[in-house]
Amino acid sequence: MIEIRGLRKVYDAHRRRVEAIADLTFALDAGEFVCVVGPSGCGKTTLLRCVAGLLPPTSGVVRVRGAPVTGPPPELAVVFQEYGRSLFPWLRVGDNVELPLRSQGLPREQRRALVDSALTAVGLADTHGAYPWQLSGGMQQRVAIARAVAYQPKVLLMDEPFAAVDAQTRADLEDLIRGVWQRLGVTLLFVTHDIDEAIYLGQRVIVLSAAPTVVVEDLAINLPDTRDQLATRADPRFTELRGRVYAQIQRAKAGATLRPDRARQPVRDSTRE
Amino acid sequence: MKRVGIGRAPKAPVTPRALQRVGAVLGLPVGLVTVWWFASAGSTDFYFPPLSRILAAFRDTWFGARLRDDVLPSLARLGTGYAIALVVGIAVGVAIGSSRSLRALVEPVLEFLRAIPPPVLVPIVILVAGIGDTMKVLVIASGCVWPILLNTVEGVRSVDEVLADTCRAYGIRGAARLRHLVLRAASPRIVTGARQALSIAIILMVISEMFAASSGLGFTVVQFQRGFAIPEMWSGVLLLGLMGVALSLAFRLFESRVLRWYHGVRATERADAR
Repeated sequence: MIEIRGLRKVYDAHRRRVEAIADLTFALDAGEFVCVVGPSGCGKTTLLRCVAGLLPPTSGVVRVRGAPVTGPPPELAVVFQEYGRSLFPWLRVGDNVELPLRSQGLPREQRRALVDSALTAVGLADTHGAYPWQLSGGMQQRVAIARAVAYQPKVLLMDEPFAAVDAQTRADLEDLIRGVWQRLGVTLLFVTHDIDEAIYLGQRVIVLSAAPTVVVEDLAINLPDTRDQLATRADPRFTELRGRVYAQIQRAKAGATLRPDRARQPVRDSTRE
Repeated sequence: MKRVGIGRAPKAPVTPRALQRVGAVLGLPVGLVTVWWFASAGSTDFYFPPLSRILAAFRDTWFGARLRDDVLPSLARLGTGYAIALVVGIAVGVAIGSSRSLRALVEPVLEFLRAIPPPVLVPIVILVAGIGDTMKVLVIASGCVWPILLNTVEGVRSVDEVLADTCRAYGIRGAARLRHLVLRAASPRIVTGARQALSIAIILMVISEMFAASSGLGFTVVQFQRGFAIPEMWSGVLLLGLMGVALSLAFRLFESRVLRWYHGVRATERADAR
């Protein structure tokens, strides 16, 4: 579904040449939920923008559904971290969720039905008439998620979507996105800086090094499919995975990045149950 | 912390607070007029007649044929010139604001043209467009277009990046993007420019009729001045002032509708900052 090979991004500006991403290679099958985690400034957002077609890579190949990405691919939705700035403040919640559908040329009845079901799916069934700035941060991010859901994408990209909400809201939203993923069967690429979140949510966790970024580890998460905030996080396997990822990231932050040729054979932990 | 207020607030009853606000708005004007009335009551100065005479002249002059022959044509020219300035200013402003290279190319010329006071251009416009209605509409439009154009450029430049990325990701392009993203995001700045342009429009309406005209509100006031019909002249000045207030109020009403979302966002930001 998503294929990234040899992705490299160099920023060339103001007499500074920054190699943000050195070499990223990994792939997502259809319907997979994969989290990408890494130290701050490791180019996670750059990676997501390259996959979303918002940023052209310096070299390397990004394919979504078999086709190379030259611009934002169809049937791909993005949820940004800054929920306040990604919703249209002059439109009510219902119109916000409906707007991408209007560009698709769907008839009005169908659009209404999609908007209603999407808002119900995120738990905001009564807020059609409110403006986004009248809602709390968590609710605004739910509206952004509803907008992505109503769009009926095949691929969903999320860029640290819960980084700017409080911890309790974050827990609710994590469970929400897992539910949405299971119901819709989308391919989900989830970027986060929160290790616990990555392990709690993903079927696989891809650990990145510091800039110039390479894949350090591609870890399969051998936790049960039904995740629960209390039970799953208390599971000894959770703690073990967490420790492993944390150690990798600490090494990455200390500058001990694996050499690119070693990174091309990512360590796959295939003890899935 | 953002509050979770969903839907519209209920209408408030007429409280002493509301009456207080009305009093605050009308208090000073009423007070000043009263002072004017009594201060000028016994005036024998030719150029500053008593307010009572001015009001009598107001009643005699402006209700009647003058309304149809002078005031309405002037207002029509004002409206036409303003509308042209809006269309041209917004269209060109969007084009310039959307293209960095075009903006760099055009900005010095715009700054130069904008700095020319419109009244100075009137004789040139007369050479080009004659002395009829076209000239007056052109003068009004040429003065009003600048605040609208420059504010539109700024508004288009200040579209939020995340919002623009969202539109790109969801495939909202072309006319839909212009309508739903660019114009709406720039609307607070455009409205600011339009408000400035309204004041300029009223001034230019009068000035365009001072040079070469045979009818119109400004023309009539100048005629009164040249003919030393002083109370009538003052009544004309009063009418111009009232017209300015009326237009301004109408504009405020329109703005409160169109920018309702913007006032809501700002109110929320102010509340959060406290």
